[in-house]
Amino acid sequence: MVNAADPNAIRAVRAIIARAKRWDLFFALLGILSLMVGVLTFSVLFLDMAIQGVPRLDLEFFTSFPSRRAANAGILSAWVGTVLVMLVTALAAVPLGVAAGVYLEEYAPKNWITDIIEINISNLAGIPSIVYGLLALGLFVYYFGFGQSILSAGLTLALLILPVIIVATREAIRAIPQSIHEGSYACGATTWQTVRDHILPYSSAGILTGVIIGMARAIGETAPIITIGALTFIAFLPTAPFSGEPPAGLFDWIFAPFTVMPIQMFNWTSRPEAAFTVNAAAAGFVLVFMTLAMNGLAIYVRYRLRKNIKW
Amino acid sequence: MTASAVLPSRPVPSASLGRGVSDRLRKKASRHVKERIIEALLFSAAAFSVFVTVAIVYVLVKESWVFFETVPLSDFLFDTQWTPLFDDAHYGIMVLLSGTLTSSGVALLVAIPLGTVIAIYLSEFAGFKVREIAKPFLELLGGVPTIVYGYFALTFLTPLLQKIYPDLPGFNLLSAGLVMGIMIIPYVASLSEDAMRAVPMALREGSYAMGATRLQTALWVVTPAAISGIASAYILGISRAVGETMILAVAAGMQPNLTFNPTEPGATITSYIVQVALGDLPHGSIGYQTIFAAGLTLLLMTLAFNLLGYWLKKRFREVY
Repeated sequence: MVNAADPNAIRAVRAIIARAKRWDLFFALLGILSLMVGVLTFSVLFLDMAIQGVPRLDLEFFTSFPSRRAANAGILSAWVGTVLVMLVTALAAVPLGVAAGVYLEEYAPKNWITDIIEINISNLAGIPSIVYGLLALGLFVYYFGFGQSILSAGLTLALLILPVIIVATREAIRAIPQSIHEGSYACGATTWQTVRDHILPYSSAGILTGVIIGMARAIGETAPIITIGALTFIAFLPTAPFSGEPPAGLFDWIFAPFTVMPIQMFNWTSRPEAAFTVNAAAAGFVLVFMTLAMNGLAIYVRYRLRKNIKW
Repeated sequence: MTASAVLPSRPVPSASLGRGVSDRLRKKASRHVKERIIEALLFSAAAFSVFVTVAIVYVLVKESWVFFETVPLSDFLFDTQWTPLFDDAHYGIMVLLSGTLTSSGVALLVAIPLGTVIAIYLSEFAGFKVREIAKPFLELLGGVPTIVYGYFALTFLTPLLQKIYPDLPGFNLLSAGLVMGIMIIPYVASLSEDAMRAVPMALREGSYAMGATRLQTALWVVTPAAISGIASAYILGISRAVGETMILAVAAGMQPNLTFNPTEPGATITSYIVQVALGDLPHGSIGYQTIFAAGLTLLLMTLAFNLLGYWLKKRFREVY
């Protein structure tokens, strides 16, 4: 027992407390320092790219095709390709992902089939993106004969972000209170009427967040698109969507060869000439800006959602 | 509703529904069919994910099968050279595996300590404001395209490291691994933090009541209680590192090199696939099939890690 009146004992206890507090402070600093490593890396990455790349960013850079001469090269075919591929990805992944999420939350009975589907989805999320590229190479490019087209790339990325959208849909639906379901059923609505008139409208902001995050990931994916054999030197544009001779010509664009932003950047990064590195920095800056804008939008939507909805 | 008006208290026997059904009930029957069709459609969307998995396994196994008919499995596993595109072809996956393991090792040496410290800090030390800013920021860090990280490793970090260590070659596993580690931090930190935050407040309060400091509580109470979640965060980090492609393809060079020395250039399973895909390999050639064999190896590795994570989560989960 410590004698409370003994000044030495009191001093000893105070020393222990002081030491423990020092360790607390030390660890808090360590935590801030670790966070700073992330912040610093990101800032350096972004600034380095901005300093190198931004002077290169003018209107011509966005309206020129890639060229053998670095100073004339631009990203026209790359950003057009990215937009078109993303269009296919969104059209394929959003309906499929939302439908799967709704099924698992609102319809699925508790049985082994549902278990398999759930385990399978979390497993799909862990498969490296390049493996999706190999799947697409074997299935879309050769088996279905889509070739190295916008369609193949868009579908590949759609498969890749499908788990993201499914998980986001499920979380958004789960956030809706049970009483909403019960109220709807009590009025005699069927499951589908409940889903269509209540569940989907109320969860739409949450689903939108997931879709944006998924698309931001898809925009930056390089490996699976390289794997299906996308060309890196494309100095022409695919035909504009839905502009050809109907009905068959309407879909000419999805079978066109293409390039996308990250592939254009990879191509420029892997060249030894310094002038192309500058182009890569400029393309990278545009790419990071796009993904940051999309992620920022997702964070904003989620923030608004949390603020506005009080069940 | 004449029937129910005449006999309000008697339930209509289901067998009689067919003939004397009122209009409203008939509409209900058609509604039932429509419901069923919609349910079937939604189910097929959910089941589609199983089809994707089956398709992945089918494509990889089918092409690898042809590959293993020409190359015996023992060569694939134990040969110490990987030269599938040369005349004197060797197919030793160990060469690619060494690159994958070395770069992943470097990445994890960065990501696991930093990610864990960040998780503990955010969950146990940081105030509400800091957390609200730091979490979205970490998400942004995880959302940067990997090709951009690759560019950063090649054009910024490697020259920087060369100032400290002049013998470092322009392509090396070290700077690729370091940047990969930074890329993985958000995954590790965010999942570990979720696990720690799920630990009930009562445990912390008990610890504080005993006179423990924040650090003691964090290290000896919260971390052990959240260990299953933290372990699965690490596993996810590992499988990200193993599957990462573009950073290595850009910054580590793509020469196959049987080494565990991170200061050398090397090829990984993933960067080999990129290298082959960049070339013009005819469909059905042996070079074409090697990438599927390499992909199958990769898939099996990540699958093993995922299963391990799943098992760890179940085995060490504390239920409150």
